[in-house]
Amino acid sequence: MLKSKTFVKKTRSGGVMKIVREHYLRDDIWCGTEGCVECKQEETVLQKDVHIESNLCSFPHYLLPDTNVVLSQIDILEDPLIKNVIILQTVLQEVRHRSAPIYKRLKDILHDKEKHFYTFTNEHHRDTFIEREPGESANDRNDRAIRVSAKWYSDHLKKALSEEEIQIVLLTNDRGNKEKAVESGLLTYKCEEYVKSLIANPELVDRLALTDDDKNEITSSKVLFPEHLPLSRIQAGIKSGAFQQGTFRASRDNYLEATVFVHGEGDQSTEVLIQGLQNLNRSVHQDLVAVEILPQNQWVAPSSVVLQDEGPKEDDATEEVEAEKTLKSAAGGAESRKPTGRVVGIIKRNWRPFCGMLFLSQIKEATRHLFTPADRRIPRIRVETRQAATLAGQRIMVAIDGWPKHSRYPNGHFVRSLGCAGDKDTETEVLLLEHDVPHQDFSQTVLSFLPKMPWSITEEDMAVREDLRHLTVCSVDPPGCTDIDDALHCRDLPNGNQEVGVHIADVSHFIRPGNALDQEAANRGTTVYLTGKRIDMVPELLSSNLCSLRCNVERLAFSCIWEINDKAEIVKTRFTKSVINSKASLTYAEAQMRIDDTNMNDEITKSLRGLNSLAKILKRQRIEKGALTLSSPEVRFHIDSETHDPIDLQTKELKETNSMVEEFMLLANISVAQKIYDEFSECALLRKHPAPPPSNYDILNTAAKSKDLVIHTDTAKALADSLDAAQVDGFPYFNTLLRILATRCMMQAVYFCSGMDSDFHHYGLASPIYTHFTSPIRRYSDIIVHRLLAVAIGADSTYPDLMDKHKQSALCNNLNYRHKMAQYAQRASVAFHTQLFFKNRGIMNEEGFILFVRKNAIIILIPKFGMEGTVFFENKNKPSPKLTFNQEATTLTVEGHTFNMFDKVKVTISLDASNIQHQKIRMSLVEPVILGVSVAPSEDNQPKAKKAKLDG
Amino acid sequence: MAGLELLSDQGYRLDGRKATELRKVQARMGVFAQADGSAYIEQGNTKALAVVYGPHEVRGSRSRTLNDRAVINCQYSMATFSTSERKRRPHGDRKSTEMSLHLKQTFEAAVLTNLYPRSQIDIYVKILQSDGGNYSAGVNAATLAVIDAGIPLRDYVCACTAGFVDETPLTDLCHAEESGGGTSLAMALLPRGGHIALLQMDARLHQDHLETLMEAAMTACKSISKVLDQVVRQHLQEVSALTGE
Repeated sequence: MLKSKTFVKKTRSGGVMKIVREHYLRDDIWCGTEGCVECKQEETVLQKDVHIESNLCSFPHYLLPDTNVVLSQIDILEDPLIKNVIILQTVLQEVRHRSAPIYKRLKDILHDKEKHFYTFTNEHHRDTFIEREPGESANDRNDRAIRVSAKWYSDHLKKALSEEEIQIVLLTNDRGNKEKAVESGLLTYKCEEYVKSLIANPELVDRLALTDDDKNEITSSKVLFPEHLPLSRIQAGIKSGAFQQGTFRASRDNYLEATVFVHGEGDQSTEVLIQGLQNLNRSVHQDLVAVEILPQNQWVAPSSVVLQDEGPKEDDATEEVEAEKTLKSAAGGAESRKPTGRVVGIIKRNWRPFCGMLFLSQIKEATRHLFTPADRRIPRIRVETRQAATLAGQRIMVAIDGWPKHSRYPNGHFVRSLGCAGDKDTETEVLLLEHDVPHQDFSQTVLSFLPKMPWSITEEDMAVREDLRHLTVCSVDPPGCTDIDDALHCRDLPNGNQEVGVHIADVSHFIRPGNALDQEAANRGTTVYLTGKRIDMVPELLSSNLCSLRCNVERLAFSCIWEINDKAEIVKTRFTKSVINSKASLTYAEAQMRIDDTNMNDEITKSLRGLNSLAKILKRQRIEKGALTLSSPEVRFHIDSETHDPIDLQTKELKETNSMVEEFMLLANISVAQKIYDEFSECALLRKHPAPPPSNYDILNTAAKSKDLVIHTDTAKALADSLDAAQVDGFPYFNTLLRILATRCMMQAVYFCSGMDSDFHHYGLASPIYTHFTSPIRRYSDIIVHRLLAVAIGADSTYPDLMDKHKQSALCNNLNYRHKMAQYAQRASVAFHTQLFFKNRGIMNEEGFILFVRKNAIIILIPKFGMEGTVFFENKNKPSPKLTFNQEATTLTVEGHTFNMFDKVKVTISLDASNIQHQKIRMSLVEPVILGVSVAPSEDNQPKAKKAKLDG
Repeated sequence: MAGLELLSDQGYRLDGRKATELRKVQARMGVFAQADGSAYIEQGNTKALAVVYGPHEVRGSRSRTLNDRAVINCQYSMATFSTSERKRRPHGDRKSTEMSLHLKQTFEAAVLTNLYPRSQIDIYVKILQSDGGNYSAGVNAATLAVIDAGIPLRDYVCACTAGFVDETPLTDLCHAEESGGGTSLAMALLPRGGHIALLQMDARLHQDHLETLMEAAMTACKSISKVLDQVVRQHLQEVSALTGE
């Protein structure tokens, strides 16, 4: 361990400060090559036998890319074919400065043992460190540092490797750098040259990102977009207030419209409307952009038209102009105008690889095609590929490389193929990727932290746990549930009170903080339930076996035990780690049957009845306090066990026992929340549900007004009461519809760390404090809460990250994100299966209700399937009917017939498979009959009988 | 841009050291003739000067006199030019008062004060250039100065800082590492007996990590003691050569 005697002062001036740092140069940094005789290294990364066949370099060689190659061609480097690459510290640091996501990806590659990527700390090596010369720019210095290191490596390998000669190939796209490198005798190639020379791997060429040189050939010279301002001007503009900075959100329904969400101080966040291609100026959904607000006389109202970017018409300007005209004419009155702006520059791109499909060019031999992303908010991407014929009909991933100002679409490159479109597996993969759900199999490192089988409860476990095996504990869950994380018991106490226990699977016993299993679970955040598939948060051994509280086996539990009097008031609360033995695993229906059947009087049934009666009182009390009962239509598929296709669809039914279990879970969550907050006021993980701002209730209010009802939205209690009172005679479904609308007004409930926030209130449950404790198998938040509670009762020891409120708050952000994405993925999965269902069914006639009225369409809810669809009144091929939209009353008059919200209509439902990527449910009007708009009902024999059910 | 990467995946710190390596230490004793003892130390870019007067009669108020041992009086100060921004540093600001107090505690634990009842020992420490670890440089310089003054010590007092990044303890932090957030623990150790003369830490650290961090700091202190020992021996040789013995 030698410390070099020579040390160099490194001066770095930023602003006025002059910082002097020591810089030690070492002679113990090894080359990482297998078989090197000079270096005394313990571990080697680079292989001795290098197998990569290339036309240009027929000899064994290592690659040494420069910074720009890494930044632009990270997809190539990620390919399993590319191995044995030297990444210099200079390159790594530059990448870190320039792009965080690419840096992350590069680090992942470096950690991958299979890839044999070696980081050479050249800046601290005695022979490869260079000082910046006077007049030399920082970039030039780095380029020189890379060349010097490459030179050192090739000399070193010549000396150090006796038998075999391995050469160094420097990859650079910079012409000047290449010339200088060749001068100093280095083997240098451009990245493209090299990749194209690789034998037997032509598909790698497709993954090449398009670089500056060949950009001009792919586009016409016509300038379509205004230039983006440089970052310095943007920063100056933001400082002076001329520009605003915000996240760009493209509209799902209208490709020519977007909003920029400007983060203001405190509550001053505003939304700026952007309309028209020129103003959108090449922004992509989720980019961080700078906008300039237009003068007030150019402000427009958001149009309620639905516009989709049709077809791949190459840079066809006329079409755009026309579409923009429709947009203009569709703009509403002056009073609904919103602040409107235009994008002047991009502060940070937020591009990721997108899933979608290739839209083949009409020219048969063409290699350039348009790619249509699955997410409608992302523009089409132009890609160059030679395997178009094989890729057609497949779902693929594409990454954007850039968007030059003279190109209608951004340029991108092919990343990988996911499989055939329409295939159930592929589609599931797509929706998991699009919603960023981690769904790979658990790695070996993660699995290594699982308990060894056969597993049983040890003496030590028994010693520190309360033995509750004698209690009549049972679990109640939906049918087919294998991850049972809660069980209940109830018994009479001698003093007339009742003892109720909620027993939760003790997952934190198996998942110890900080290990790979824990980290994986923290990253996944939640188990994702898709139709017919479950993506587990923890490996199956835990989720469906060791942690699952199945009947007649001994399981570890975390118990929350109350003494409750007959008014359902809690007399005493106690938490303990325990061992239980569940006596029965029931479904909701089975539990309900036991309660209702007066002949049954066994222990389990008695316990259930006790629980049920207490639950009813608890629920009443909760509703009196102002808890909301909301509604959202949920559906269940009956899945064919062989083909896994949906065969029937029904809305989920709720039984009394559902609410029984729910009531006690709420009670346990609230008790635990209170306990951990009392114990750890700074770092308790809690869940809150903020009250929605009054403007959120606008749609609910107008909807109620249309039926001459008034909804009070001042408090949760007032809302709950007026929702209860809102009834329309002869229209029993109206109340449910109103509740569905009310649900859409609500804010998202979120996890947070108690030390970082002051508002703890849970609006929907009307509880001052709340957390999640009861489902640790499927939610990571519950695991943290378990650990906090275990520390609070002295059953477990603490660890650093648990007590760090900043780390915890970062964890909360991830959990919130994962939960949101899981929800979206769930919905997308249901939508996909609904489509499959209708694909098998053909056309059906159904009754529905109008949920919203738009300018050129109405949105209809089919209660039977809990499904929404849109009926358009405008058609490209036909002259549109006469439409009059009344914004005040939200009504739409079509050829003399007026549609109000909540009107009952009859529609035909069919699957529109004309666009294979976005197969969608098409609805067309059957009743009321409007000439030229409605269609004849399809010949269908079933619907009559079923209709009676939904009115009841 | 993200903050500085204090420890790279390859295990190198910002300045090229590994986690447990110290900065280059250079020291000289007897730099001033007028004082009873003096020393100058460089730990990387941190440079400190220490001067010792005494033991002598207690000056100022007699009431401070202790009948069984000597009073130790410490004064810590930083030169106006010691940081990258020139700053006027009045005497007795809170930071230097605190440092003075720490130094006093440290040396009360190390000097055999009971040999000099009713007397006073003055230790003045000045930081000439600051690049992290001011306290430890000050203590190390003062140790050498006290030895130069010929005052008996229980042992060398060696000080070093240690920080905690990515679950790894780093020793002898430089300024960038100290200000990069995270913990910094300062330890003064009497290496032979392993007695801790002073331990100070401001930021939060989970108790699980304290053990490893202290372990690292102790090892570092012991390495420093070896360097100091060499300096003392070399100084002695030079002096004895000069006096012709």
